[in-house]
Amino acid sequence: MMLTLKLAWTQTLSLWRAGSLRVLAFALVLAVAAITAVSFFTQRVASALNQQGGLLLGGDIAVMADHPIRPAFIKRAQSQGMAHVSTYEFASMVIHGEISQLVEIKAVELGFPLRGDLTIGAKIDDVGQTVKAAPQPGEAWLEPRLANLLGVKVGDEVEVGERKLRIGAILLREPSRGGDMFSLAPRLLMNTADLPATKLIQYGSRVKYQLLLAADPQQVNDYFLKTKAELGRGERIEDVRNARPEIKSALDKARQFLGLSAMVSVILAMVAMLLSSLPYIKQSLDTFALMRCFGARQSTVLQVLALQTLLIAFFSAVAGSALGYLAQLGLAKLASSLFVETLPTLSVTPIWVGFAASMMMMVAVVIPHAWQMRNLTAINILRRETLAQPISTQAKFLPAAIVMVAMIFWQAHDTKIAVYTMLAVGALCVVISGFAYGLVGLVQRLFSLTPQNKTLSSVSLGIQGLKRRAGLSTVQMIGFSMGLMVLMLLALIRGDLIQSWQASLPSDAPNRFVINIQPAQIAGITQFFVQQKIKDTAIFPMVRARLISKNGKLINAAQWQDERAKRLAEREFNLSWAATMQSDNRLLAGRWWTPQEHGKPHLSLEQGLAETLGVQLGDKLVFDIAGNLTTLTVTSLRKVEWDTMRANFFAVTPPGLLEPYAANFISSFYLPVGADAPLNQLVKQYPNLTVIDVAALMQQVRGIMQKMSSAIAYVFSFSLIAGVAVLYAALVATREERIAEATLMRVFGASRRQVSIAYVAEFACIGLIASLTATIAANFLAYYISANILNIPFQLNITLALSTMLIAATVIPLAAWLGLRGFLNIPPRQLLNSI
Amino acid sequence: MQQPPIIQAHDLYYEIINHDNQLRILQGLNLSIATGEQVAIIGSSGSGKSTLLSLLAGLDRPTSGSVQINGNLFSGLDEDGRATIRAKTMGFVFQSFQLLPSLTALENVMLPLQLKSHPQAKALSLEALDKVGLSQRLQHYPKQLSGGEQQRVALARAFATEPEILFADEPTGNLDNATGQMIIELLFKMNKEAGTTLVLVTHDIQLANRCQRQLHLQNGRLEELASA
Repeated sequence: MMLTLKLAWTQTLSLWRAGSLRVLAFALVLAVAAITAVSFFTQRVASALNQQGGLLLGGDIAVMADHPIRPAFIKRAQSQGMAHVSTYEFASMVIHGEISQLVEIKAVELGFPLRGDLTIGAKIDDVGQTVKAAPQPGEAWLEPRLANLLGVKVGDEVEVGERKLRIGAILLREPSRGGDMFSLAPRLLMNTADLPATKLIQYGSRVKYQLLLAADPQQVNDYFLKTKAELGRGERIEDVRNARPEIKSALDKARQFLGLSAMVSVILAMVAMLLSSLPYIKQSLDTFALMRCFGARQSTVLQVLALQTLLIAFFSAVAGSALGYLAQLGLAKLASSLFVETLPTLSVTPIWVGFAASMMMMVAVVIPHAWQMRNLTAINILRRETLAQPISTQAKFLPAAIVMVAMIFWQAHDTKIAVYTMLAVGALCVVISGFAYGLVGLVQRLFSLTPQNKTLSSVSLGIQGLKRRAGLSTVQMIGFSMGLMVLMLLALIRGDLIQSWQASLPSDAPNRFVINIQPAQIAGITQFFVQQKIKDTAIFPMVRARLISKNGKLINAAQWQDERAKRLAEREFNLSWAATMQSDNRLLAGRWWTPQEHGKPHLSLEQGLAETLGVQLGDKLVFDIAGNLTTLTVTSLRKVEWDTMRANFFAVTPPGLLEPYAANFISSFYLPVGADAPLNQLVKQYPNLTVIDVAALMQQVRGIMQKMSSAIAYVFSFSLIAGVAVLYAALVATREERIAEATLMRVFGASRRQVSIAYVAEFACIGLIASLTATIAANFLAYYISANILNIPFQLNITLALSTMLIAATVIPLAAWLGLRGFLNIPPRQLLNSI
Repeated sequence: MQQPPIIQAHDLYYEIINHDNQLRILQGLNLSIATGEQVAIIGSSGSGKSTLLSLLAGLDRPTSGSVQINGNLFSGLDEDGRATIRAKTMGFVFQSFQLLPSLTALENVMLPLQLKSHPQAKALSLEALDKVGLSQRLQHYPKQLSGGEQQRVALARAFATEPEILFADEPTGNLDNATGQMIIELLFKMNKEAGTTLVLVTHDIQLANRCQRQLHLQNGRLEELASA
């Protein structure tokens, strides 16, 4: 065994020195790095969620509701002697001097947090101290971002509704807060004792009511089971296992997406491995043939091959994991705060994943050759009679294909997504190869008219090389164009599309929403509009209602597969009323009510919502409005131009029907830049108003998109490197052929310049076709997204397209030339010597 | 008026260093070949026949001494300068055919003509392949052809450029007797028609005897044998 190991070791070292192993190992290292980087990153976020479940929740379990927590639930906790605190979360305005700011308020009882701790400091840039405490009554803790926005420091006062609170501390870390993606406005933490005085929670306010509980596991379990059975509509209970489900589901999606993105690199890397395995196997065969001649048994040779395979897989996994570890640092920097604020240290699981993947890939590449060798005699190998037992191309690539498919399934965590991914990758390959083939044909035809110029005839020879190595050329083009396409698409979406969406809005599109307007405040606000000469304003009523049944059939959220339909069916509707249809609405079916029909139980629904919930014209919907059941008949369906940014409603009734119910009002309007001061005055006058600054919100959304797309682009940059690996592997695989070609050309009188031109032309074509394919595909997808998802006019980014093509057509041939220029200095005589 | 020699080698030395040992392959070799002459260079294995051929064809440079082609110093030119002369004046036939496996028979023949940007590349290649009897196998790849057919493609490739000098290095070495004989007949027939100067390296005395002159390479020097 030791002898076999020694043989395998020396053989591996000599293969490394000879160079035939390097590209293979590089591709393997790259694949392992891509897998482990994504795995490390998602593992870190996941373990943050798992280990800190209780901390994220702030207790062992939490009962949540969109209405005040039922006293029975609190009584149960009290009777069981469980520690419990109530919290209230809602968005509102906070004012300091002339500045008002939208914040996410969390009011907590003393005793919060039941689990975990908070970090507070005296200044924004403090290291801070961890405390297990909540703000005292009269005190508020502000996130650094909020303190900056308001320009306040500890000791200052802020107005929260009608109550003034003193800033007691800067809240540096709050584990129960999600990452960036889940918090659009900054946090203000205050005591529930101050809540009534703020007068912020009024009819129609959207508040997340929460009861946090902590006790020993048995009690917790008992409470969980009992309460879960009694949950009503709008109520849910969470424990540490499913703390922050919204973060978990976002993470799952990110894990899936990043995992599949990494798969593109893995697939390309495996292609590179398959290509570079040919010279590696050929060299190994020489040694094995000699070993057999000198009396080594078949089994010994196979053992050496197996050990050699394991050694390569092992060292590549070590290097790949190390690289993956370094790469995840970058990924964590780009995307970590999207999910959780701070990431815990690493677990070792991704390393095992990397090792397993490395082994599988290496075995998949080597096993067909080992299979082929098992019956070969020494003389077979020496005479290169491997064709005596030919192995079909399909069989050679079958194990690698199986490993690729298995990895896609493993990363997708979902059969449907795995199948779709494979179909998409397959379709892309077919399109790219079809396109590449067509372009090669076209370029060839252009150059086939034997040019009367040496340079052009060398270019022509180079382009013919594409046909001579059609399979390899296509693989290289697919590799490059896939990587380039995704990077271009991301650049287009993150830059151009968002910008042109913003540009497509009229310059006076509403940029402020005011919600929570109480009936008594309407007169004052209308006056404000008049005073400030704000035109094109309207104040719309909203009455909250729940959909109970459709045509006599009770609504059950579970009946819908679609997540959106489920959510819509579960949550409260905002019913509005209007005498005339809004100008940005268009009637699609039925008709709008006449003045005579005011007060009739009619309902106009937005088309998309009606479709999602399967509601048709004439359907009778029963709504629960403040405890009263009201039946409304759908008399019209509307299309709403949401892009106008005006307040709009899914469900509208005629006037004279909902007025008896308590309503709150909403308005949207355009506020010129720099005209915030009067608005702040208004908020000061009516502290319960919540003003949403759409521009600031968009900025925040853009920031998140920027981070997400940077993370995706980062993962896809691996696939570009894998594309380079494919290029080099293809060069290595065709090395002998190219040496023969180059030398023969020179024997026939071609200058080194001519040979160089031929090669550069061949690879410039590969770069050009790959980038052209990528540009067309990326722009086509961007067009689809802009036309069908964002509903904005699509604009071709010529600069991006041209620069990508220029870079690809320069860098790829340059890289290839660097790899090939060694041949050019071999004297042609070596060809004769090799005869 | 006497024609100047097309190839002239003067005091050629070729040495290689192998494991600190200096190995002298050619030692002050002199040679003159007249235009249209057929010269066979014979010698035992390792005597340096192929080395001499590669120096005469400018595929390598001598350690010292000179090679002149058509009275012009050839061995002093740089790599690309020699390549230009090769493109203009020389054709090659190798023992192992040296066809590019990824090119068809026609494309293989066209290759040297394309490198010269010859306007009639295709027409000349078709003609040459017709002469060697392969006009039915234009689109075949080397692996689809027999050894004899492959060497015929190589002959077509060598003559298509209408070279002044044809270097043939053991052209029958990889073929059986009958096929080898057929290739030799074809080679001499085409050579006669084109009036090309032929430099043939072989260890086959019978083949060498078909040439006008036979030179024996021994101990790094050439010795003229009496014509058969």
